[in-house]
Amino acid sequence: MKHTISVVVENEFGVLTRVAGLFSGRGFNIESLTVAPTLDPSLSRMTLVTSGDDQILEQITKQLNKLIDTIKVIDFTGQDYVERELCLIKVTAEEETRAEVLRIVDIFRAKVVDVTPRSYTVEITGAPAKVDAFVELLRPMGIKELVRSGPVVLGRGSKGWKGTE
Amino acid sequence: MKKTGSQILLECLRLEGVETIFGYPGGTVINIYDDLMDSPIKHILNRHEQAAVHAADGYARATGKVGVAIATSGPGATNTVTGIATAYMDSIPMVIITGQVPTPLIGNDAFQEVDIIGITRPITKHSYLVRDVNELARIVKQAFYIARSGRPGPVLIDLPKDVQVATAKFEYPDSVELRGYKPTYSGNARQVEKAAKMILAARKPVVYVGGGATLSDVPGALMDLAELMQAPVTTTLMGMSSFPKRHPLSLGMLGMHGTYYANMAVTNSDLLIAVGARFDDRVTGKIATFAPHAKIIHIDIDPTSIKKNVRVDLPIVGDLKDVLHKLVKALEGHPAEVAEAVAATAGWRSEIVDWKTAHPMAYKPSTTVIKPQFVIEKLRELTNDDAIITTEVGQHQMWTAQFFDFSQPRTFLSSGGLGTMGYGLPAALGAQAAFPERQVIDVSGDGSFQMNSQELATLVQYRLPVKIVILNNNFLGMVRQWQQLFFNRRYSQTCMELPIDFVKLAEAYGATGLRATTPDEVEGVIRKALETPGPVIMEFKIAREENVLPMVPAGAGLNEMVLAS
Repeated sequence: MKHTISVVVENEFGVLTRVAGLFSGRGFNIESLTVAPTLDPSLSRMTLVTSGDDQILEQITKQLNKLIDTIKVIDFTGQDYVERELCLIKVTAEEETRAEVLRIVDIFRAKVVDVTPRSYTVEITGAPAKVDAFVELLRPMGIKELVRSGPVVLGRGSKGWKGTE
Repeated sequence: MKKTGSQILLECLRLEGVETIFGYPGGTVINIYDDLMDSPIKHILNRHEQAAVHAADGYARATGKVGVAIATSGPGATNTVTGIATAYMDSIPMVIITGQVPTPLIGNDAFQEVDIIGITRPITKHSYLVRDVNELARIVKQAFYIARSGRPGPVLIDLPKDVQVATAKFEYPDSVELRGYKPTYSGNARQVEKAAKMILAARKPVVYVGGGATLSDVPGALMDLAELMQAPVTTTLMGMSSFPKRHPLSLGMLGMHGTYYANMAVTNSDLLIAVGARFDDRVTGKIATFAPHAKIIHIDIDPTSIKKNVRVDLPIVGDLKDVLHKLVKALEGHPAEVAEAVAATAGWRSEIVDWKTAHPMAYKPSTTVIKPQFVIEKLRELTNDDAIITTEVGQHQMWTAQFFDFSQPRTFLSSGGLGTMGYGLPAALGAQAAFPERQVIDVSGDGSFQMNSQELATLVQYRLPVKIVILNNNFLGMVRQWQQLFFNRRYSQTCMELPIDFVKLAEAYGATGLRATTPDEVEGVIRKALETPGPVIMEFKIAREENVLPMVPAGAGLNEMVLAS
């Protein structure tokens, strides 16, 4: 089963390997991972997507909590949350496909961010499923290069977690 | 006045109450060793960095204090790895200091450079690469705090040479503030109340004690609980000395080489109270048939231990000392129910007595060859109650666990989790350094002994009178036993064909060597060794193909034991 986990950690060198090591040490793949400092620059927030047996995931979540540098761990599985991912795609756009690419971009409210006579680079933000659908529609046009950020996630509702209070 | 990094380090150690450290010098720790000459801290020069770490580990296990070891960069650092992993698996509080090449050279494949932080990441509780001398005092303070608090463990400090030389104003912090690390000490009162109810309702309870009981120093509270409820107690290898084996409620050790009655009691129990134990595979055997009728209460300071291997009906996270104290108090609040439960469990206790009578711990005695179990029994008879026994890993370790009646806490030091051959001799060295007046005995096999036998030099040099029992069968006995039972007696590479003259080996180092080849020589050799000042090797030529029994074959259930005939 797929799990999306947020981990708030000390913004220090070596922390990322400690977190990643808990997964690799158990033969678990991290499907996506984003990291950046939080409002409090001494902290970083990671968003991890992984999948696996629930019991092992529970163990990994506990192990993440156990790391000295970990401040907070949130497993969003079964919770209501907002999920957004950024994707940049360099797609072939020559005579016959140029207009079609723009039409698809328009339908998905994506944006063209770089133009050449032979390609468009487009930017799309949305839930991973929306990004998937967008990529599938562009695929026949010829995708030259693609990069996805992996999702970032926040829980729904008015309650927020700002820091170590 | 400003101090150098190496002076700050030693001053921090002193302020942490460190009296003895174990180590081995080298290029990147030469500044520390220079300042060591002006420090009140005693340093013991081991003959191998692995042994230095095991010695610090033995020191920590025997005293409950944080053990400290020091090694140089590169090969010095990599030699500490087995020692660190051993301590990590058994949750031993330690601080390991490694030298590192100067900061500007890190990552350049400099001479004797290795990324020891990376190498030890999965086997340390935490680690630090010190990049600024101004942070050193804070880091050392944190390292000691992390090593000894919560579930203890080894912490590594990697200290580059230029940081040792750099100067800073020295100020040792009074307290530690780590926002991501706040171990839970106090057990949840409601959970404790629930546990008390479960205990009062149980008709076949068993208390299952692990190494946490030693680490948290709770033998008193444990005894209170067992005696109040008249509940039988079984221990793991790591919990061994936390409950006296001669106590009528003691079931001895459970698991792969546990007693028949401990394994039967666990299999038939209706309530298992796990106290600082982690349901290791050597304890549970086949998980599916482990304590199949039992509800499980799991008390542990480390939430990751709970529900890791087995389902748990009632988890209590907290320090055992706090939780057991609260639990006994909660039970004492219901005297009528306690009396009723004690009466209702009388049948269970007599069932256990029947198992004990049917299959006591036994071996076939001999008048012609020395049985290893006989040596262990004699050793027990002739040593003091507070003698500290260390072991290596293998058959001799299990025979010691089975046949030595431990009665005092922190008297049995053995590598349980990692199973490190070569642990016992340096660990005994560390324990003896902590307690120069007590009897310290390393029980060893001929295989294990040769893994760190160079430490004889350290023992002799520092006049540490460790006595060494070598149960010599010229085999790597435990592996040979498996080959006999499961590989059709094909003894692949387990026969130590070159016989070593251990008496001469002892003499070469300036120690004393004694040998017994027949059973009637055993007592005399042990007596003589205990009377002899300084380190002594006692070599016992034992029955070569003696097996450790009972035995639960790997993957079988605890009730499927192969028993001694």
